[in-house]
Amino acid sequence: MTLQECYLALDGDFEDVKHRLPTDRMVQKFVLKFLNDPSYQLLCDSMEAGNYTDAFRAAHTIKGVCQNLSFTRLLASGEKLTEALRDGPTPEAPALFTQVQADYRQTVDAIRRFQEELD
Amino acid sequence: MAGSFKVRMWFHLAKERQKILIVDDSEMNRSILTDILGPEYDIIEAENGLQAVATLQQKQEEISLVLLDIVMPEMDGFEVLQVMNEQRWIENVPVIMISAETRSSRVEQAYELGVVDFIARPFDARVVHRRVVNTILLYDKQAKLKEMVAEQIYEKEQNSGLMVDILSHIVEFRNGESGRHVLHVRTLTELLLRRLIQKTDRYHLKQKDISAIGTASALHDVGKIAIDERILNKPGRLTSEEFAIMKTHTTVGAEMLKNLPFHQEHPMVKLVYQICRWHHERYDGRGYPDGLVGEQIPIAAQVVSLADVYDALTSERVYKKAFTHEKAVEMITQGECGAFSPLMLECLRDISGQIEKEFLNGGQTQAQQRELHSISQAMSQHRELSASHRTLQLLEHERMKYSFFAAMSQEIQFEYTLLPPMVTLNTWGAERLGVSEVIMDPYHDPQNQFFRMEDWSDFAKNLRCTTPENPLITQEVRLMFHGEQRWFRVIARAIWSSDEPPQYTGVIGKVVDVQETKTRMESLQRMASHDSLTGLLNLSSARKRIEERLEQEPEGDYALAVFDLDRFKQANDNFGHSFGNEVLIHVSEKLRQSVRTGDIVARYGGDEFFVFLEYSHDINSAIDRIFHSLSGEEFKGFLISASMGVAQASVVGTDFDTLFHAADMALYDVKNTGRGTFRIYDESIEALPGQSQRSL
Repeated sequence: MTLQECYLALDGDFEDVKHRLPTDRMVQKFVLKFLNDPSYQLLCDSMEAGNYTDAFRAAHTIKGVCQNLSFTRLLASGEKLTEALRDGPTPEAPALFTQVQADYRQTVDAIRRFQEELD
Repeated sequence: MAGSFKVRMWFHLAKERQKILIVDDSEMNRSILTDILGPEYDIIEAENGLQAVATLQQKQEEISLVLLDIVMPEMDGFEVLQVMNEQRWIENVPVIMISAETRSSRVEQAYELGVVDFIARPFDARVVHRRVVNTILLYDKQAKLKEMVAEQIYEKEQNSGLMVDILSHIVEFRNGESGRHVLHVRTLTELLLRRLIQKTDRYHLKQKDISAIGTASALHDVGKIAIDERILNKPGRLTSEEFAIMKTHTTVGAEMLKNLPFHQEHPMVKLVYQICRWHHERYDGRGYPDGLVGEQIPIAAQVVSLADVYDALTSERVYKKAFTHEKAVEMITQGECGAFSPLMLECLRDISGQIEKEFLNGGQTQAQQRELHSISQAMSQHRELSASHRTLQLLEHERMKYSFFAAMSQEIQFEYTLLPPMVTLNTWGAERLGVSEVIMDPYHDPQNQFFRMEDWSDFAKNLRCTTPENPLITQEVRLMFHGEQRWFRVIARAIWSSDEPPQYTGVIGKVVDVQETKTRMESLQRMASHDSLTGLLNLSSARKRIEERLEQEPEGDYALAVFDLDRFKQANDNFGHSFGNEVLIHVSEKLRQSVRTGDIVARYGGDEFFVFLEYSHDINSAIDRIFHSLSGEEFKGFLISASMGVAQASVVGTDFDTLFHAADMALYDVKNTGRGTFRIYDESIEALPGQSQRSL
């Protein structure tokens, strides 16, 4: 699986990230690093605990990372969730959170498959 | 100038890779930026705003650029910018904001808070790189320009100062004066003005006006150029015609300035005009040339006039000897040499000591001080010059020295700034207290126990009572330390700004744990005032307390009961001394239980005790209660019995010795009539032959 195919699988924009970051190697490095980013865990924990301040921050960070890596699909749901949490929780927040969870799994699955084939 | 050149060379040689501070709570984001910029710059990372402020606090001089995120825990990007503005770091450290935030109100707010650039995510690595490089280059160039301008201003100031000096010396030499006159008048003028603005803001004078008037004062006698040398240097008294000519030096000087072909509107020219024309006016209106009265005379002329008179009095002239400082001040304040405003005379008296000191130092140091002063003046007038690179390097050197010694000293050292309220601790101190090195708003930080407002308020009050001349204070303060209250000695120095009047801006100091010393002191004090066997008071401390009580509340009904144990010698002889001691301890315990809290109980001899008590109405029942708690009980086979004599303050007075003597006489009477009971003193008890007053 190539990096480009990985981006296809996670519904990202490989052309865009390639254009913005200096080398493919660097893109690969940070795509793999995404697996260890703690923001998603923080988001889940905070949503469960009803701590919406932290949840907002976590969603905001995920949004930023996705922007950097051009993870278009997760960026879209992450951005919506960020806005739904910005001034405290809104009625649509839980559904948006479910969407983020689904998109996150899709993203991470794609990256893991890519990683396995590297090893 | 050779010195400063060397410093600059050293600075350029020592130049290292520039440092960038990246502030972002996401490790991923920091890491991407580090990859982009790491090859050319040294990177320092901070994962929230608080860490960023702490880093800036410690090494803002080293940091060439900050990349700042907005949404972060602890302290967000806008709060960081706020602190950077309050501390004025923003003037020297450029900030580029990087954020997913794109709402225009936020972007606008960031620019208002002084960021140089705003980069929205997702960013292009090349764009970030280019903007960072450009910003750093720009600031670097600006810093160098600032340094050049600073040098030029300094030189310009030197030049104009030089011209004024030359010109005024020409006047002086023609005038046959010491050559110091101009210098003295200038120094004195500035001293008087500094005192004046502490007393009133009536004249709206700023620090820069003081130095301008000081400079202008050098030309007060410039009009004397036009006066005939024979009149100028005549040893004897001037005739009235000659004096009339002499007086024209004021108007001639003023004319010269009025006819200057250029710089007419320059504030300095206006000041010199005022000083030349009116430095011989008198506050009572009897001066020349215009006979101005009171505040019609511009303040610049009033001050120079006073300085001129003082220096004329204290200098030797062709027609007179020099008066002493004290004599001169006395003559001026008594109106023997002109008439001045009461306020000016007050200023003169206030700074009298300072003047004497200043002129004893001689011209050399004054000139140096003036030079330094003019440099700092230039610096403070030009806000953008407040931190030239060279200054920063020297500061950095001092900081390095400081942090080295702070690390070695094993003391808790702190710095507290009022705006923003923030405590910075040395590393060792922070570790010892188990807190972070920087605590924002310590009074309202629930994590921090050491800097609680209620513990420090008294200390803070004392700090504000210090003065810039006397800023040190030492105080013992009880503080929360790892969940326990302990005594600390705080040695601190208040920081006063150099404004006029000075503002209290914070404090530096150290905190020393004195709990153990204090506990030891207290136990020594206790040992000195108590009987070691029974723990009751000893004679001298009991006596002290009783006398205090009698003095403070003399209206109470007091009695002193003195007693000893019957047949105590037998107990000692039959059962041994340690048994005797047990009896004494037992009796003391009984005694303690039977008295009330306000009563004072002492053991003042082997088996001799006394109780000082306050009773209400009935002395008999009060004594009866105490007496029966002691007597009639058996302790390990020894029947305890006491003989007691009592004296009332209402009968014999409130002198301790008289009370004791009377109680002792009553006790003696009990012993003579069969022991085992008590007696209250009255006048029927006469001193028996052979009984002498026992001395205490």
